[in-house]
Amino acid sequence: MRLVLRGREPRWLTPVAVLVAVLATLAMTAVPIRLAGANPPAAFQRYLVAPLSSTAGLYEVMLTATPLLFTGIAVAIAFRAGYWNIGAEGQFLAGAIGTTAVGTGWPDLPALLALPLGFLAGAVGGLAWAALPAWLKRHVGIDEVVTTLLLNPVALLVVQGLLNGPWRNSTSGFTDSDRLGTGYDLPALIPGTRVHWGFGIAMVVIAVTGFVLARTANGVRIRAAGQAPEAAAFSGIAVGRLQWRCALVSGAVAGLAGAAQVLGVQHQLTGSIAVGYGYTGIVVATLGALSAVGVLAVGLLLGLIGVGAQNASLVLQTPPQMGDLVTAVLLITVVSCLALRAYRFVRRRPATADAPFAGSGVAT
Amino acid sequence: MTGPGPLLQLTGVTKRFGDLVANDDVSLSVAPGEVVAMLGENGAGKSTLMKIVYGLVRPDQGSIQMDGEPVEIGSPRDAMANGIGMVTQEFSLVETMTVTENVALSDVGVGHVDIRSARRRVLESMEQVGVSIEPERLVSTLSIGERQRVEIVKALFHECRVLILDEPTAVLTPQDVRALFATIERLSETGLGVLFVSHKLREVAEISDRVVVLRRGRLVGDRVTGEVGAGELASLMMGTAGASAVESAPPGTAVGIAVGLPVAETAVAAARQREARGPTVLCVRDLTLLRQGRRVLDAVNLTVHAGEIVGIAGISGNGQTDLMNVLCGMVEPMGGTIEVGGVDVTRTDTAGRLEAGLGRLTEDRRGSVVPQMSVEYNLVLEDLPTYTRRGMLDKAAIRSHAESMIEEFDIRAGPSDAVATLSGGNMQKVLLARALARRPRVLFIAQPTRGLDIGAYRYVHTRLQELRDGGGGVLLVSEDLDELRTLCDRIAVLFRGEVLGELPIAEASSERLGVMMTGGAVPV
Repeated sequence: MRLVLRGREPRWLTPVAVLVAVLATLAMTAVPIRLAGANPPAAFQRYLVAPLSSTAGLYEVMLTATPLLFTGIAVAIAFRAGYWNIGAEGQFLAGAIGTTAVGTGWPDLPALLALPLGFLAGAVGGLAWAALPAWLKRHVGIDEVVTTLLLNPVALLVVQGLLNGPWRNSTSGFTDSDRLGTGYDLPALIPGTRVHWGFGIAMVVIAVTGFVLARTANGVRIRAAGQAPEAAAFSGIAVGRLQWRCALVSGAVAGLAGAAQVLGVQHQLTGSIAVGYGYTGIVVATLGALSAVGVLAVGLLLGLIGVGAQNASLVLQTPPQMGDLVTAVLLITVVSCLALRAYRFVRRRPATADAPFAGSGVAT
Repeated sequence: MTGPGPLLQLTGVTKRFGDLVANDDVSLSVAPGEVVAMLGENGAGKSTLMKIVYGLVRPDQGSIQMDGEPVEIGSPRDAMANGIGMVTQEFSLVETMTVTENVALSDVGVGHVDIRSARRRVLESMEQVGVSIEPERLVSTLSIGERQRVEIVKALFHECRVLILDEPTAVLTPQDVRALFATIERLSETGLGVLFVSHKLREVAEISDRVVVLRRGRLVGDRVTGEVGAGELASLMMGTAGASAVESAPPGTAVGIAVGLPVAETAVAAARQREARGPTVLCVRDLTLLRQGRRVLDAVNLTVHAGEIVGIAGISGNGQTDLMNVLCGMVEPMGGTIEVGGVDVTRTDTAGRLEAGLGRLTEDRRGSVVPQMSVEYNLVLEDLPTYTRRGMLDKAAIRSHAESMIEEFDIRAGPSDAVATLSGGNMQKVLLARALARRPRVLFIAQPTRGLDIGAYRYVHTRLQELRDGGGGVLLVSEDLDELRTLCDRIAVLFRGEVLGELPIAEASSERLGVMMTGGAVPV
């Protein structure tokens, strides 16, 4: 068997590739699930079906997906412009710091003032954290992959430093911040559930991003700058400025994720608030093909697997990390299958490979 | 056949890509010391056949023999091991490495690299080929012409017995072509077999011992060069219509030029005697640019009037690319001014230059389009504000613009096809459509027909002439002297970043231009 480049990719190929990837993921993850002592079909039922079989489960999926939708679209915005922002994790934390700062600094504000201010502070925090690598990229030409990535642990250290120092909880003495004022409690999007308004805001951000990318001149510019920066510059598009702006917007959206998590779920800053949401955002954006619809679908899917993994660990006693394993394998298989779309498999022809001179005439 | 047996022998080679038969039962041979020219239009299957010989493409049927022994060529490495070297149209050089490193690269095993002996061998190799490039220079600083020479040196660096040259003269000046031909002759005297791929009849007649002609994948002719006329070759190449087209084509027209017929001096000159000149549309004054301390543009002065085509001749690497970068706004000059239609655009960004009426078409086609983007969006990439209504893209207007451009410029593609799927000729038409749709006051265009087939070649020329006749100015950079002399009213010669002189077309004979291009005295 050999791989041969295709001339054109037929339309049916993408869904087939995704299907193959999903099947491969199920096959490959069945082994560790079996090793963990669970029955793979039952586990997959827990991961993918059980959360959707009740409204409570569905709400839980929406809640789990909320930070991933934010970080996913944040990363997609930057990647689309050709700016490889690996720093959504740090920007998420910086956003959470910003929100906590106003929430503990002015705890008595009424909700009407507190919530917009809380989100604004989160966006500013994320933006500020994204600004330094973006500035270095634009003016000094330092690779943003390195700088954004390395600032992630720095952000975590800042959080831990604050929680061990000035922001240590004044009543319990634990390394969590004080609870934010009650004005900062984000109301439920669906009354009686834990799904908060952060989900609605994430949907709005995704919708706006999708609209800008698909329907506006700046969307075309961003796509051009991301796919062929030199050609874009030749056509009069200010690629450097565009990437700088997309990097800042990306950071601000990642900051909103941190704000939503503080305002809607934790109501305080904790050292474990991010738990890899920023990194998972890269998975969401990549699997979602950097499109708004893709980010929405993959964000919800990973939310589903996340809830399912918790469920499975309770019911089937599988380790909770199994959900991350399924997600990671899915990422690898989907990316591989999508790359393989460009090729077709060909069985080696014996006529040329093994007996090259069969049937040819005598040399003159 | 008598004498030594063939060095390289192809028998019954067939290659299909889906429905397209790129090579259909092709058999040919190259003897030691023989120069075989392969002639054919673009798309005739020449490149595919060469890729099969070099192991880049596997044939569906057929065999390859060296010295009468069957060989299995599955990769370029196999080809090199069997004594086959190739210089492709697209270069495979590592830009960040020096000439020596590039040439020695394919030889490097594991462990220590003796760069000093490599350098010596590279110099010897260059001597043998007749090339003089500093071995320490980085490939990124070389012009396209110089890079090709490095490629030739690289191909010969191994124990090479058959050298394949795929359209080698497309980027060379007449002097370079001469040097290349001298090299080929010298090498063939030592017993090297050469397979020379071209679509220029004149070159073929000059250099080859034997000509084989491909048409639509089939080998339609195998002649001894001295015994065959240009008309017959053209008819073999293009079908029966070809011969009459060449024979009846007035000298200096696109068909004649494209197949390499000599340009008749007087006819061109007569056609080009225009008295009235329009207003100045492009004025470049004292343009100077330093790159790495070297003066790559030295006080360049150029003027283009409405209704004329001004050519820039010069061996590649004498400042053409720098002039392009400065005019297109990609690089800021150290000194001098650029005026488009009386507006100083020296410090203006690309958008401002477009606004002032500058159209641009560079030699780097792929660097001017967004490959994954559709034809329709590439067409409007420079005019996005025009196609925006209330903050939203006017998709209907973009589509209808694309459809009218596709119709007008005969682009063989749909509006939503990705540009990456287009052929070079169609890509060039997309770029031409984009540049001309804005009705530029002056069009700067570099190497507009490089690598295009005759149809597209002629089409581009017609368009440029139409632009001129409609009162536009054109600044044409080309390494193809015939092209310059067919189209231009005046030709300026660029040498080491300086405009060495400017000749009206009546005085611009190949010989005079050639002397100036190599830095000779400015003719009075």
